[in-house]
Amino acid sequence: MTTGPTVALFATCFNDTMWPEAPRATVLLLERLGCRVVFPREQTCCGQMFTNTGYADEATPLVRRYADVFGPYDYVVAPSGSCVGSVREQHAALARRAGDTALEAAAEASAARTYELSEFLVDVLGVTDVGAYFPHRVTYHPTCHSLRMLHVGDKPLQLLRQVRGIDLVELPSAAECCGFGGTFAVKNADTSIAMGADKARHVRETGAEVVVAGDNSCLAHIGGILDRQRSGVRTLHLAQILASTEEVPA
Amino acid sequence: MTGPQPAPGRPGAPPTGDVGGGPTAYPDGARRADGLGEPAAGGGPDSSGPLQRTSETFLGMPSFQTAARAALANTQQRRNLAHATATIRAKRAAVVAEVDAWEELRVAGAEAKDEALHHLPDYLEQLEDNLTARGATVHWARDAEEANAIVVGLVRDRDAEEVVKVKSMATQEIELNEALEAAGIHAWETDLAELIVQLGHDRPSHILVPAIHRNRAEIREIFLREMGDVGRPAPADLSDEPARLAEAARLHLREKFMRARVAVSGANFAIAETGTLVVVESEGNGRMCLTLPETLISVVGVEKVLPTFADLGTMLQLLPRSSTGERMNPYTSMWTGVHDGDGPQDVHVVLVDNGRSHVLSDPVGRDALRCIRCSACLNVCPVYERAGGHAYGSVYPGPIGAVLNPQLRGTASDVDKSLPYASSLCGACFEACPVRIDIPSLLVHLRTQVVDEASGRSPEALGMKAAAWTFGDHRRLEAAQRAATLGGRLLGDRTVRNVPGLGAWAQARDVPTPPRETFRQWWRRTHRDEDREDT
Amino acid sequence: MSGAREEILGRLRAATADVSTPLGARGEPPVIQAAAGSDHETLELFAENVADYRATVVRCDPGGVAGAVADALARRGARSVVVPDGLDASWVSGLGGEVRVVADDGLTPADLDGLDAVVTAARVGIATTGTIVLDHAADQGRRALTLVPDQHVCVVRADQVVHDVPAAVTLLDPTRPLTWISGPSATSDIELNRVEGVHGPRTLDVVVVT
Repeated sequence: MTTGPTVALFATCFNDTMWPEAPRATVLLLERLGCRVVFPREQTCCGQMFTNTGYADEATPLVRRYADVFGPYDYVVAPSGSCVGSVREQHAALARRAGDTALEAAAEASAARTYELSEFLVDVLGVTDVGAYFPHRVTYHPTCHSLRMLHVGDKPLQLLRQVRGIDLVELPSAAECCGFGGTFAVKNADTSIAMGADKARHVRETGAEVVVAGDNSCLAHIGGILDRQRSGVRTLHLAQILASTEEVPA
Repeated sequence: MTGPQPAPGRPGAPPTGDVGGGPTAYPDGARRADGLGEPAAGGGPDSSGPLQRTSETFLGMPSFQTAARAALANTQQRRNLAHATATIRAKRAAVVAEVDAWEELRVAGAEAKDEALHHLPDYLEQLEDNLTARGATVHWARDAEEANAIVVGLVRDRDAEEVVKVKSMATQEIELNEALEAAGIHAWETDLAELIVQLGHDRPSHILVPAIHRNRAEIREIFLREMGDVGRPAPADLSDEPARLAEAARLHLREKFMRARVAVSGANFAIAETGTLVVVESEGNGRMCLTLPETLISVVGVEKVLPTFADLGTMLQLLPRSSTGERMNPYTSMWTGVHDGDGPQDVHVVLVDNGRSHVLSDPVGRDALRCIRCSACLNVCPVYERAGGHAYGSVYPGPIGAVLNPQLRGTASDVDKSLPYASSLCGACFEACPVRIDIPSLLVHLRTQVVDEASGRSPEALGMKAAAWTFGDHRRLEAAQRAATLGGRLLGDRTVRNVPGLGAWAQARDVPTPPRETFRQWWRRTHRDEDREDT
Repeated sequence: MSGAREEILGRLRAATADVSTPLGARGEPPVIQAAAGSDHETLELFAENVADYRATVVRCDPGGVAGAVADALARRGARSVVVPDGLDASWVSGLGGEVRVVADDGLTPADLDGLDAVVTAARVGIATTGTIVLDHAADQGRRALTLVPDQHVCVVRADQVVHDVPAAVTLLDPTRPLTWISGPSATSDIELNRVEGVHGPRTLDVVVVT
């Protein structure tokens, strides 16, 4: 069965605790594609929430933990563009800020081996047709960090286009931020909601029944507004649609 | 030569009080060379320059989130901004897409600015030498008051009662118009948008288009109501057609251009190698001011220096496409000191610090000084589009304002403390910036500064420390998760409609409750055979 | 004055004390420009981009300049035109008695405001941006001439047109006053829509001599 590489799953603290469906789907999908998936139990959090709120001192031990936990693996995969963005763009800088050159090197090494799910599937495994089946009208929101930090481009769309039965429709103003922004949603709640309301409006304009993205934090924000509106649109993580089959639908 | 300034007081303390009296309190050379008695902020390891003093206009500004809440309710402004920013975004995208080497240009633009900034004293001296050799007089101003005193003195010495002005961010920053009016000198803004703001007794809300928050109907009303009080009135049958409004501005200002003896400008670029100043504009009001009067006074922030004339080959590709979304702006003027028989024969350049040396002292934050004031970051910013420019409490709004103001003024005031958080960190600004200022990273850098300067005992800080403790060990995280999933099992359904403590966040959104089983609980249940060591 | 100067320079030196790269370490500024095709393509692009600003572009051979200038002035009904001292006199020789040709002998701004048009040569044209650059030599006149009258007829030779901005910058002499002109005066200040015609000439006619 396991013909592919060994992959260490970085579930991310938010998915682990609040949205386990996404890392679960990631495991099922990667195993279906022949990977051996391991889950290093010592993992906790990438530290992004601390870094982006200004608590660099609190984030630095988590950089160390991440490098220690995932250092031994060639491939680390996370179902979150945002957390992978933090690992790649912030970890080494936090180590530098702390004046820890050894940690900086370790952080750079682990960052280079950390992949967002769609990157790993398309760039490393070289697949776009993952054998999924999902006969629903779907629109894709490219989250900011996937788009502008990781530059995943249209990789998620390449994967979604190969899903059997899917009716994939374009989201108007897709590249615009949904307004979540982590600490921004709390500190600037009014502006955050104004942005989210526009994103929800664009989602509804498509007539989709599902909005899909590579980050559950953004989806929780968009979905929270859509739910409040009783809009009849649900949110799913990219991994859930890609893991979906006729036998086990998402 | 005074060298680096000692920084009395503890790092990070707010500026203390006044830096002097009125404009006349600063005769050249009479200033104490001790950092003006202001403690330096804790921006960098070596905070050498003093902070900029917050001007009267923006003293006591509320935090961004408070101001934004009110602005979000201004439906007219929301509509005006959504329309205008969508228009300019589309134009910019089209003309940037025409340039194959756009990314190379951005890199070259950043490198040109970095070369100038990293060796700013050398390039400023070179600029001064070349300007002086070509007949211009160079003045140096430590802060806004000193710059204003210099300009007011020059205008008074020429017995002028009015000046015509080219749109200039530097003169807005130092509030030169207010200083001139206080000295009994009328300052006429001649850029159309500046004119709209000035006639409307309003504040600018955008770097490029200060009246972006006004639509054509509002502009017509302002022209009809106000023009007659200060010069030629608007035609009585003025319509709200943009062409008619522009015509009204042409007629109103022409008499001022024809008689003005003194003009005040800024500069987009100042070329060290040649002493050339560059003004990039659209309407021709800049050319009028730079060409017709006898005296020209240009107020230039020290960061406007470019090393070489050849750097314009890069910058004049980057700026217009990023700014107005055109292949080239209608008019660019370049002058090098005094040109015999052509244009002003009495040419002055005022080089202004006003907090820039403080920004420069932070090796991370100094990247913000690359800014060429194109306003592309404002136009692509979803926060700016909704909250508008006034909420930023400065003449520099939008993403660049959110990084520049807290660096120039420090993070002591409510608004400056809040600005680093006025962003969802979506990254659209960095992507659009023609000189590659990584604004999201600078915002995060400044957030750290805000947190470091705070007491550490706020509810947020205590919460963060508690969360960091939990995440510091996976066993603690698992224990916390057990408590959470128990709650989830008790609540059952995956949605709650209100959460105390989350405030507005939960008022407009449903908040998910924790699932019955976390991922790692599922993993242990389903994968214990394969990864026994993990269980 | 020296107090402020020395203090500012001192602050800036202290602020950049961490910089380790020497002055000028980046070398010559890179020249980044669009790849040029044939001269013909460059000229076509120039004409297309100038016209895109709603300027009028007319092409003619050297013998046709006078006629093209006369036509341009007639289109706008110009009755008076100022010419710089060094202008090729033949360019305005085709004007009939109804158009008054005025030499620039120290005209005041108010004098210029009373004239309808100006005819000049140019220093360089830029194809990718549709720009003409004046360096205000004798055939272009001092800056006020091409600013105050409401119509500017500018004669550009085909061999003056370069492909992209950096090529133009190399040709220009920074010790001269320089004016870059891309279309007629315009503003985007009302709802960010471009409107032609504010303070500079509201009509720009470019005559390309091939």
